[in-house]
Amino acid sequence: MISFHLNGKETRVDADPGTPLLWVLRDHLQLTGTKYGCGIAQCGACTVHLDGRAVRSCVTPLSMASGKKVATIEGLSETELGKKVQAAWQEVDVPQCGYCQSGQIMAAAALLKEHPHPTDSQITDAMDGILCRCGTYNRIRSAIRLASGGEK
Amino acid sequence: MNVTRRKFLKDTAALVGGLVIGFHLPARGRAYAAGMDAAKVYPPDAFIHIAPDDQITIVVNKSEMGQGVYTSLPMLINEELEADWSRINVMSAPVASVYNHTHMPMQLTGGSSSVSSSWDQMRRVGAIARVLLVRAAAEKWGVPEKECQVENGQVIHAASGRRAGYGSLTEAAAKFPLPEKVELKQPVDFKLIGKATKRLDTPAKTDGSAVFGLDVYLPGMLTVLIARSPVFGGTVKSYNADEARKQRGVHGIYQVPTGIAVAADGFWTAKTARDLLQIEWEEGNGARLSTPEMFAEYLELAKKPGLVARHDGDAAKGMSGAYRTVAAEYQVPYLAHAAMEPLNVVVDLKPGHCAIWTGTQAQTMDRAAAARVAGLKPEQVEIHTTFLGGGFGRRANPRSDFVTEAVQVAVAVGKPVKVVWTREDDMQGGNYRPMWADRIEAGIDREGKPLAWKHTIVGQSIVEGTPFSAFMVHAGIDATSVEGAATIPYLIPNIAVELHSPKNEVPVQWWRSVGHSHTAFVVETMMDELAHMAGRDPVAYRLAFLPADSRYRGVLKLAAEKSGWGKLPAGRAHGVAVHQSFDSFVAHVAEVSLEDGRIRVHRVVSAVDCGMVVNPDGVRQQIESAIVYGLSAALHGEITLDKGRVVQSNFNDYPPLRFSEMPKVDVHIVESGMPPSGIGEPGTPPIAPAVANAVFALTGKRLRRMPFGQESLA
Repeated sequence: MISFHLNGKETRVDADPGTPLLWVLRDHLQLTGTKYGCGIAQCGACTVHLDGRAVRSCVTPLSMASGKKVATIEGLSETELGKKVQAAWQEVDVPQCGYCQSGQIMAAAALLKEHPHPTDSQITDAMDGILCRCGTYNRIRSAIRLASGGEK
Repeated sequence: MNVTRRKFLKDTAALVGGLVIGFHLPARGRAYAAGMDAAKVYPPDAFIHIAPDDQITIVVNKSEMGQGVYTSLPMLINEELEADWSRINVMSAPVASVYNHTHMPMQLTGGSSSVSSSWDQMRRVGAIARVLLVRAAAEKWGVPEKECQVENGQVIHAASGRRAGYGSLTEAAAKFPLPEKVELKQPVDFKLIGKATKRLDTPAKTDGSAVFGLDVYLPGMLTVLIARSPVFGGTVKSYNADEARKQRGVHGIYQVPTGIAVAADGFWTAKTARDLLQIEWEEGNGARLSTPEMFAEYLELAKKPGLVARHDGDAAKGMSGAYRTVAAEYQVPYLAHAAMEPLNVVVDLKPGHCAIWTGTQAQTMDRAAAARVAGLKPEQVEIHTTFLGGGFGRRANPRSDFVTEAVQVAVAVGKPVKVVWTREDDMQGGNYRPMWADRIEAGIDREGKPLAWKHTIVGQSIVEGTPFSAFMVHAGIDATSVEGAATIPYLIPNIAVELHSPKNEVPVQWWRSVGHSHTAFVVETMMDELAHMAGRDPVAYRLAFLPADSRYRGVLKLAAEKSGWGKLPAGRAHGVAVHQSFDSFVAHVAEVSLEDGRIRVHRVVSAVDCGMVVNPDGVRQQIESAIVYGLSAALHGEITLDKGRVVQSNFNDYPPLRFSEMPKVDVHIVESGMPPSGIGEPGTPPIAPAVANAVFALTGKRLRRMPFGQESLA
């Protein structure tokens, strides 16, 4: 039994400690907002926050989450920053197919927590690991600027 | 829209049962559920449900894979319905003939045809519903229909000051016969069509609640991964599953037609167990295939006469009379669609009934395939179409490959199953954009005018042997193999376009823009080459040889004007390409430089003429998207074979364009009164040639192979 704080709630899971956090979230806890895209930390669709930092849950073993705080897209709207990011995403109408967007939003939220007013190159660095096949990158940049209080 | 998982499952179950809430005519409602046809007048109740509280649910018969169809089709309906836009929900249609594509006897999302083929149908649906609602109000109030207006979900009788919400009128409206004829608005009266409108699916796609196929969980469901042959067409010779079977959480190991299936309590268990399988494969003929040899064979074939797809004048004679000539060979590779959501299917098979949840673009074909495997009638199979985590053509498989396999697994396992493809399975699973080799010989006269053009195309047919061959293959020529090449628009007196369609074991499929994805590259880089050979400006040269009334001209001029064509600082260059596909016209001007010998695309200025525009922001999104998809292929995309085995496996060796590589994109829309045409695909074809032409302008080097990354430019 491994326990951690998931979106503010104490959570206990009976799973092999080597199981990637992604599959614990999806298959054990049925929190399906976090997506599987590649399994090898290449696409970032599985991005969640571990103690506030953006991590790729597909290569993060459950054991690493033990006793820590895990935040997923489902918990994001419970924070002021999360609400702001989601509102910016909606204002700019970022998503197309939408599959990568949980990862994009979680990465953006972690960036904005660390750098409330990120420079263009900070945005690029933070977002370069999250793939989007629909090509929403420019809108993501606009939404991050908007969420940080700038203009689109 | 609020498509949470629970709501999605509940709603689709209710609709498939034939129960249409609120606005329904019981007899007809049953008819649709039974799959009977509704002929010419499209009854509104198959597409519009109005609840007593005025909440409106629009049933969309196209798959939402990012292209915005869950917004554009409701816009068409509501232009005529005039309901309160903020009270509109969307749900996906079940499989029934009333939901067939208006041009095809099946439910299908593809060919960039959703808006153009639904343009009249959906507006009529909305208009019929409005007429019946007005009739109901007028009868109730005892006033002439003509005195009633509609606004924001209400019928209003201004003279008496009476109003009624649509939800209060549906029961009465449902009793009237459907009107034979309805008047549709003239474009000048449009209130919604043509206005930039926010997507209805955005909220669900920003809080994690949107349901994709992979997000469907059923009670007692097992996750299944399949070990498939590493060589296309290979079969299992023998296997040992002893170690895999011992893993905690493994339910069973099954041999199925495509390989060895591992059923387990979750993805990770299934994957770990699959890695322990020992399988000996009978590789078969596919093992002879290696990419360099295949291209060599293709290029040899390209020198031989093929089936004639276009024949104007006499190309050989034109060539012999030319002042200057050029001959060039082109190679473009197999490409995986690599949608962000790997393929997956949930199947719940019970005696006499099969329920499937998946992101498919081809419901009718998939249903028929599932029925064949399960030994059921198509009506005993229900398909719940989830959101698609990208489609790009892969999820409209003419052989229904992923659904067929999943039902085979369900038959073997005997429990609800979710068949998941890993990224590697998805990327190495074939159904690729074909690899192509092209050869062009062209000649110009003394004034630089193009005189002769001989284009020979070599590549597998996508359509041959599929249900589409009857209307897409003529005299041995697959229309998708030569589209964009046989339709070259330039005024050239002698044109020959010929085709060879070799066969092999690699399954091929439509990939965003299909044949255009390679023909635009070949045709538009060669036209650029002719312009330079003639010593002319590439934009002016194209304009000189495009017919006077051609819609190519408008987009070409607009893109050139908005890009400040040719005016760039040293170290940067512009390249242009223009192409028509899916009845829409797109010109891109790409601005490039070299950074450490690598191509850097800074900006793309795009002009598009897709007829009347439903959602301008949707058009912009699709052009941005199509550019990124095409750039990923132009700069990086390549699937190669080594003794039949796919070399690439994941995003590390098949890298799509990343955030840091993204150019600025400016989209300009040509105002048009023409009927709407495609928008999902037409932005893809011209981006590769625009970039290649810019690289030539910058370096003097002609790029004739994709991806461009393999050429040294330093």
